[in-house]
Amino acid sequence: MTTPRETSALQIDDLRGSAARRRRELIIRTFFFLAAGTAVLISALIVITLIGEAIAFISKVDISSLFSGAWQPRAGNYDMLSIIAGTFVVATIAMVVATPLGLGAAIFLAEYASPRVRRTIKPILEVLAAIPSVVLGFFTLTVLSPTVVDAICPGSTPLFNMAGAGIAVGILITPLVASIAEDAMYAVPSALREASYGLGARKRVTSLRIVFPAAVSGIVAALIVGFSRAVGETMIVALAAGGVGGAVFNLNPCLPGQTMTAAMTALAVGSDQAGGGIAYASLFFVGLLLFVMTLLLNLISERFVRRIRSAY
Amino acid sequence: MAYAGKLRTNATTAAVERALTGQTRPVGEWIFQGLLFVALVIALGFLVWLLSDVLVRSMPVWQERGVQNFISTNLSSDPAKAGIAQGLFGSIFLMLIVISLTIPVGVSAAIYLEEYAADNRLTRLLNTAVRNLAAVPAVVYGLLGLSVFVAAMQDINNGRNLLAGGLTLSLVVLPIVIITAAEALRSVPRAIREAGFGVGATKWEVVRSHVLPYAAPGIFTGIILTIARAFGETAPLLLVGAAAAGFGQAASATVVDKVLGPYTSLPTTIYSWARLPQAEFRALTAAAIVVLLAVVLFINAVAIILRNRYERRW
Repeated sequence: MTTPRETSALQIDDLRGSAARRRRELIIRTFFFLAAGTAVLISALIVITLIGEAIAFISKVDISSLFSGAWQPRAGNYDMLSIIAGTFVVATIAMVVATPLGLGAAIFLAEYASPRVRRTIKPILEVLAAIPSVVLGFFTLTVLSPTVVDAICPGSTPLFNMAGAGIAVGILITPLVASIAEDAMYAVPSALREASYGLGARKRVTSLRIVFPAAVSGIVAALIVGFSRAVGETMIVALAAGGVGGAVFNLNPCLPGQTMTAAMTALAVGSDQAGGGIAYASLFFVGLLLFVMTLLLNLISERFVRRIRSAY
Repeated sequence: MAYAGKLRTNATTAAVERALTGQTRPVGEWIFQGLLFVALVIALGFLVWLLSDVLVRSMPVWQERGVQNFISTNLSSDPAKAGIAQGLFGSIFLMLIVISLTIPVGVSAAIYLEEYAADNRLTRLLNTAVRNLAAVPAVVYGLLGLSVFVAAMQDINNGRNLLAGGLTLSLVVLPIVIITAAEALRSVPRAIREAGFGVGATKWEVVRSHVLPYAAPGIFTGIILTIARAFGETAPLLLVGAAAAGFGQAASATVVDKVLGPYTSLPTTIYSWARLPQAEFRALTAAAIVVLLAVVLFINAVAIILRNRYERRW
């Protein structure tokens, strides 16, 4: 006699596989989920530690020292505005260098270069992007500042200056800007270009009036990402911009200055930073500002990238 | 027609003819193309300038000391004796920690995000977190390492040891590993997965036998590039206490002593030497940079060759 189970039609349970197999799937899935969860955990840890110490800093510090016109942690001067000003001077010079170089290279690669030239030049640009920033810092100190900056700035220029650091940061982010902008222009459908040529437009007009506007979201995103990287760049500024002990408020790029990132390394190097105290806590306050700035820039650039994705 | 006749002068005819037969001189075109080319040449020119300058500057070290001597001597305040042995040891050990931590965690996270995660709020939160972590400046990770790892390992040389440095560097590169691995997984077509499901494979079986083999070249290229980046990373290490100045080390120091004691990395050595005023250290710094660039560019070349060789367009 047969059991009803054997004669009945195929059940959904029969297709599910063995319990052992399902258990193994669940274990593997949980492991992968936990790995992905570490990302959120790290984000949360960063925010918690930064905010915790930043609050400790604000509650302990003498508020008037936050507007004292100089950033000299060892002397008790914590003027945020002077290192924020330094950050923006360096990042602005970097953008002045990287925007024409990066976008020029991007238009050349996307619109003018033959496939063979593209294949040769793109890896070379990647090599430029791979140079560690501490190397560029040394190069700025020994070559760029004594030659290029000395020629641009009037009068006798100090060896440590923000202009040299800004130019070097600009060189550093040029490949990044070029690569994102080129991807955006490359993604513009060729039908648009052909329509433009069909109306008798030349290559320059097609590039500037058709492809560039069509890719403008991606190009703006490239510039924002570049700016964000320039704000967060540390080693070039720490080596070449000067102001190791501190910096006064200064917007003149030909003089020494300090950025938020360099202020953090300067404070960490050579001081007993794990010992606590206001100077230690100020590191985290600066870090929190930096974190919020780059986070905002990243969110804005993502919005621009999403716009270009939805367009084509 | 009087009006048409007025327009059809010799000059206009010639201009129209020139335009139709393409004989005008597009000066604007030439200038524009020239400017674009100049932008590219300046960017690449900097690379050449930098490489040649560092090479020339480092020549005295190679001639007087030799490569062998330079990479096998310890830090010293005497330029004639200073070498990068400790920096190289530190950097290599840091890379071992980074590789052994970020590859399993990063690739697993990418597999979850691409293969398992449903399109819901939690997944979007994870994706946003990863992308934003990748944009956080490395120096901020140094702060995290300082307050978490250094604080937790106070018993081991005040927390300034290679383990704290390695953990911090791993956090810096983890989001980049996740993003590149996820991109490689995404580029494997759906049909490959459906073929696996069609013969009754489970999700993990499909991932292991169908998706990962096709995504492997992309994943490895991404990981190799990330390691090259981690090798040159300096700022977070300065914050978690890689020695910026020299430190003594007994000749009898074992590997355990080196791992648990004070340490430095190759880029940190470069940073501290570059700040020294003596002219002799300029050549030493340049020599250390040549070693660093040789390693970084070699790793990059391997990744680019790997990618060109195994890149597959579906």
